[in-house]
Amino acid sequence: MSERANVLHVEHVTMQFGGVVAMNDLSMEVNEGEIVALIGPNGAGKTTAFNCITGVYEPTNGKIDFCGQPLVENYPQGRMEKAYLGENKGMYTHRLAPTPDRITHRGIARTFQNIRLFGALTVFENVLIAKHMRAKQNFLSAAFRLNAREEARMRAEAMELLKEQGLDHLADETASSLPYGLQRRLEIARALATSPKLLLLDEPAAGMNPQETQELTDFIREIRDKYHLTVLMIEHHMDLVMQISDRIYVLDFGKLIAEGTPEVISNDQRVIDAYLGVADDAEN
Amino acid sequence: MSHIKKKQGPGWGAVAGVAAFLALVILLENLSALLPSVPRVLMPTSQLFTVLKKGAVYSLVVVSMNLLNGFTGLFSLGQAGFMLLGAYTYAILTVPVDQKDTVYYLFGGSAVKFSLQDTFALLFGSAGVGGAVSMVLGVLVGLILAGLVAAGFAYLIGLPVLRLKSDYLAIATLGFAEILRAVFQWQPLGPITNGANMLKNFPTFSDFNIENASGQVVLRLSAFIPMLIAAVCIGIIVLLINSSYGRAFKAIREDEVAAEAMGINLARHKMLSFCISSFFAGVGGGLFAMYTANAQAKVFTSTMTYELLLIVVIGGIGSVSGSVMATFLYVACSEWWLRFLDSELAFAAPAAPGRLAFIAVFAAAVIAAAFLAIRAIRRREGHTLRQEAPVWAVAILLLGWLVYFVISGSLQLPLLRNGFRMVVFSIIIMIVVLFFRQGIMGDRELPEAMRAFRRRMSARRGDKKEGTK
Repeated sequence: MSERANVLHVEHVTMQFGGVVAMNDLSMEVNEGEIVALIGPNGAGKTTAFNCITGVYEPTNGKIDFCGQPLVENYPQGRMEKAYLGENKGMYTHRLAPTPDRITHRGIARTFQNIRLFGALTVFENVLIAKHMRAKQNFLSAAFRLNAREEARMRAEAMELLKEQGLDHLADETASSLPYGLQRRLEIARALATSPKLLLLDEPAAGMNPQETQELTDFIREIRDKYHLTVLMIEHHMDLVMQISDRIYVLDFGKLIAEGTPEVISNDQRVIDAYLGVADDAEN
Repeated sequence: MSHIKKKQGPGWGAVAGVAAFLALVILLENLSALLPSVPRVLMPTSQLFTVLKKGAVYSLVVVSMNLLNGFTGLFSLGQAGFMLLGAYTYAILTVPVDQKDTVYYLFGGSAVKFSLQDTFALLFGSAGVGGAVSMVLGVLVGLILAGLVAAGFAYLIGLPVLRLKSDYLAIATLGFAEILRAVFQWQPLGPITNGANMLKNFPTFSDFNIENASGQVVLRLSAFIPMLIAAVCIGIIVLLINSSYGRAFKAIREDEVAAEAMGINLARHKMLSFCISSFFAGVGGGLFAMYTANAQAKVFTSTMTYELLLIVVIGGIGSVSGSVMATFLYVACSEWWLRFLDSELAFAAPAAPGRLAFIAVFAAAVIAAAFLAIRAIRRREGHTLRQEAPVWAVAILLLGWLVYFVISGSLQLPLLRNGFRMVVFSIIIMIVVLFFRQGIMGDRELPEAMRAFRRRMSARRGDKKEGTK
């Protein structure tokens, strides 16, 4: 559908916990500069998909590529060899399972459904920590201040980012003391501080009122353009999803049931049955 | 732009404060030589200097434990094990060659045929200034090696153990420390560790006292040296905590999942924290051997780790200055101020020192406790006199016993006996854990707390001024 470079390529990913298949044969594409939404009823496996992409879970079977390079790959092995209930068994034979920090290093940043800030640290420190992984210093040169320029650079970058996000006046506040909306903002700022190519947002509008949601819509577009990001997000607010998404993937019971542009999705009968119908009832 | 230039951690003010304190220590320990007569507390044999020495050693180990438990959030109980490694490494490497046969007499000499200071003496000579330089270098290199050996073991232990979380990590490290204690007392290792016997005759703090030709002490440095070494080591830990790596440690403590999502390699940073903490525990172990003038495996028990953990909690988990203050407080209590609790006859004689203080404190404590209990009862709805009765009875009984004690002039206190100090300590721990979980400092540092205090005071003064207008 586009000439744009492929950023994320998820191929036949299945995640099985014991005998429960949380996600079955998920395949999706995210292209450069796109905002893609992943929707579905509760327990559909959306966050599981995020956790597979970011290395928190090791998928049971399947493959994920990032910017054309293999990121994660696995096949049912060990105890799962017999217990595997998903599809495409035998399709993959290689195991590649980097830890989440390696994946962040490659350029995928994420936020969490239930905000996970470093509560006791200041707003500034929260952002500064994200700069640590790319700092060119070891613990000795850091402890003995042998590379003060590096530290100054990290601080300058972190402060710059806080300014851009309009959080600089709160730099010395404790992160846990911020109001909820600002905590969400800070979490996104912190994710941006890792200089990602792909940003995963897990329910960024959770707990926000319509006005805040509207602001968030503009905000996500703004950061996409400013930092040349690609965004993949999980969201329940249909207004936000329909307004902002280039494409939407719909999950239900761990299976992909539909994909396409917002117009296609909002007219898809399976989606309406599984998800939108319920949401419409709730709204009326 | 203030945050970019903002210095990392404490500035020169804190350094000056520590330097002034170290100078004060030198002055205190030499005062008895400078002045014709000094109070008993300043004599070289005074408990004050024991407290200063042991406090310095312990504060280093406690801060190293806080680095792991308080700043990285890894609940480890292996500190005594790493101290043991440090103590033995230091001792084995610095028992002078001519003392080896005496120390290792059961094993017919040591398998380690050299000692650091004798090796340095080949370079600098063994007499006069050369001897002193060799000794100092030997001690310093010995302490650094002590730390390195402890850190090396920590690395090996850490490979399997750091995968564990919270309680499991604590159990595994505790077990490791116990294994070490057993291994070092194992007879077949005797030629190296001297088996179950102690290692001794290596350089201690008193070897740093400067003597003149006739053997008289000219300048006493035996309390200053451990203070200096501990201060330098704690300074390094503080620098590390305030660096990018320290922030990464704190991020791991706050939220492992989020820290990992921020690109922090959990395994590597946990291992780093574990090894650095163990390095300084090892140095602390070497210093502890110098303090006790012997190294024996049986003193590095889990009780010692609990003692250290207790100090960390009292000082405030995640506060270096809190740890240091709590250490000196704890050591002063256990070695000096609460010693009387261990002696049944402490107040037996009418002229016993502290007798009046004991009577006053005891009476005040009983009255205060009774007052609080009765007030709590009276606050309850529908209280009756009968509910108060037991409190009154106990209070009157205790006060009556006190009066009898005063009148009869001489009485043994049945509760005071060897080990009662530890009972009191246990009660203090329970009180701290129940009511003051924050410890002395919480997770703040001294300069920060002082700034907050000053701000509060000036705000109060401001209020007063406005009131008078």
